[in-house]
Amino acid sequence: MNLKPVNNKAWWMVLPVVVLVAFSAVIPLMTVVNYSVQDTFGNNVFSWVGTDWYRDLLRSERFHDALGRQFLFSAIVLLIEVPLGIALAVAMPRRGWGVAVCMVTFALPLLIPWNVVGTIWQVFGRVDIGLLGHTLRNFGIDYNYTQDPLAAWFTVIIMDVWHWTSLVVLLCYAGLQAIPEQFYAAARIDGASRWAVFRYIQLPRMRRVLLIAILLRFMDSFMIYTEPFVVTGGGPGNSTTFLSIDLVKQAVGSFDIGPAAAMSIVYFLIILLLSWVFYTVMTSTRERS
Amino acid sequence: MARITLENIAHSYRPKPNGLDDYALKPLNHLWEHGGAYALLGPSGCGKTTLLNVISGLVTPSQGRVLFDGNDVTLLPTEKRNIAQVFQFPVIYDTMTVYENLAFPLKNRGVARHEIDRRVREVARMLDLEASLARKAHGLTADAKQKISVGRGLVRVDVNAILFDEPLTVIDPHLKWQLRSQLKQLHHDLDITMVYVTHDQTEALTFADKVIVMFQGEVVQVGVPQELFEHPRHTFVGYFIGSPGMNVVPCTVEDGHAIVAGHRVAVKAAAARTPLQGKLEIGIRPEFIALSGNGAGLPVRIRRVSDLGRYKIADVELRDVPLKVMVSERAVIDGDQARIVFDPLHLHLYADGHIVEEPGFEGAPS
Repeated sequence: MNLKPVNNKAWWMVLPVVVLVAFSAVIPLMTVVNYSVQDTFGNNVFSWVGTDWYRDLLRSERFHDALGRQFLFSAIVLLIEVPLGIALAVAMPRRGWGVAVCMVTFALPLLIPWNVVGTIWQVFGRVDIGLLGHTLRNFGIDYNYTQDPLAAWFTVIIMDVWHWTSLVVLLCYAGLQAIPEQFYAAARIDGASRWAVFRYIQLPRMRRVLLIAILLRFMDSFMIYTEPFVVTGGGPGNSTTFLSIDLVKQAVGSFDIGPAAAMSIVYFLIILLLSWVFYTVMTSTRERS
Repeated sequence: MARITLENIAHSYRPKPNGLDDYALKPLNHLWEHGGAYALLGPSGCGKTTLLNVISGLVTPSQGRVLFDGNDVTLLPTEKRNIAQVFQFPVIYDTMTVYENLAFPLKNRGVARHEIDRRVREVARMLDLEASLARKAHGLTADAKQKISVGRGLVRVDVNAILFDEPLTVIDPHLKWQLRSQLKQLHHDLDITMVYVTHDQTEALTFADKVIVMFQGEVVQVGVPQELFEHPRHTFVGYFIGSPGMNVVPCTVEDGHAIVAGHRVAVKAAAARTPLQGKLEIGIRPEFIALSGNGAGLPVRIRRVSDLGRYKIADVELRDVPLKVMVSERAVIDGDQARIVFDPLHLHLYADGHIVEEPGFEGAPS
């Protein structure tokens, strides 16, 4: 039996948030859903097409290619950034003046606007005036990211590693700092090797922050747009056209609002689904142990 | 198996200590006999843990030498010292099973698998951990985790000493007693030196054969519980051990008597040593003051009587000097005037906190 008086005043309290979320997320999303089932030739005239755009999209080779590139990119980036980030965090000094130096150094790439990061690497990689491109060329390596897809991928991946490994480092470092000194003392008494300390003390205790780091890096890398757009513009050819770049090409470039909307929805659902899978897998392994 | 000698050990956490006050551990010499059960007792920040870490090698002392059986191990790293240490908060390896936790120190030292198995099962039996050997250590209760920490020390056959750093802090009160008895039993069965750091006098006195009392980085007394109680060599020992602690009252000394709040009190030590220097105090435990309604003794005013069940504590004032007196449960206290008599055998004189020995006193064996 519920004797609490029903007080509808509560609705007024949550109203500001409801309005904010409605305007910032729900309404735009619904607009996109609305576009994705209609066709238009401009002049605000729309015609109902049902699930045609979705069917077309899921059968289109262009989408499959972009999706494949996107998965490959995220996988490579995660495989490099996570181990590298852990290694750097473990190697960072735990106290003293070195901590501040490392922190600032690692934080720097995170503070740079994304299009500036793109510009930096665009110049850095140029064979005529860029330090990286010119040096590689002098070593006799045929490096040109505007012509060679492999060189373009190399540049985009190195750029992302440079830009985002710091995030993994800082998160892992925070996790490491939370380990009480006694654990290390006990490990010394137990005669544990450096590797055993990492394997049985540091790694298990970094699990939570690693979960966050991997989730953030996956979502961000899966949505990457600015930096590769600035450096390669999706080329050469379509070799670095990732999902978001392809999406913009369709929506803004060709003004195909319907197909672009359908692609947005599918894109969003993929990220949502994969994040959920990551989260579930990682939290359940945590509970089992 | 070893006897551990500390030779002129001192430690400061500052790179350039400036005077004795910068030392967390002031110079000390001590011998830990093989197979002894010791307690290091003192308030937080008195240097107990530092001393413990010097023995285990987690801290390299600023000066002095640590000897195991006469061999200098001062610079030997922890893992080569055959010392086990149990910390305040249980340290377990979360991802391992209880069995793997116990096997870990042996595995790291390359012990053969069947030998590890034999030792782990033996230790698990001693600590009642057999039932949980196969489960993950993560999610066990604090006392089970602490048992695992102890077990990781016990599995090593070559261990010289087990050091406990306030191991029962996070254990529930009703399990504390149980775990402590278990430790005591282990000490009895295994012939291992055990050093137990605590700030709880009950823990220290029930666990140890010998108690080392520390205060401000200094060892102020080493003795069996009875000595600490009846013959505190420092006012801090008197105050820290016993409940309530010793009464410490400022006094002056005149021709072999102590003058306390204007009254002459006979103190043997005062007769012997003249001149006496420093801040003078007399110390007497509430247990050794007799309270009577009238007759001989010093007149006091009773401020308050607290009944603690088995006895009563009377707060009295000798002029304006507050004293605590222990009175038997059946004693009847009338009015607010009474007289007190000090037991001369347990009345001590202190100069600057340190006891002034009576003439003919041989000194407690340490």
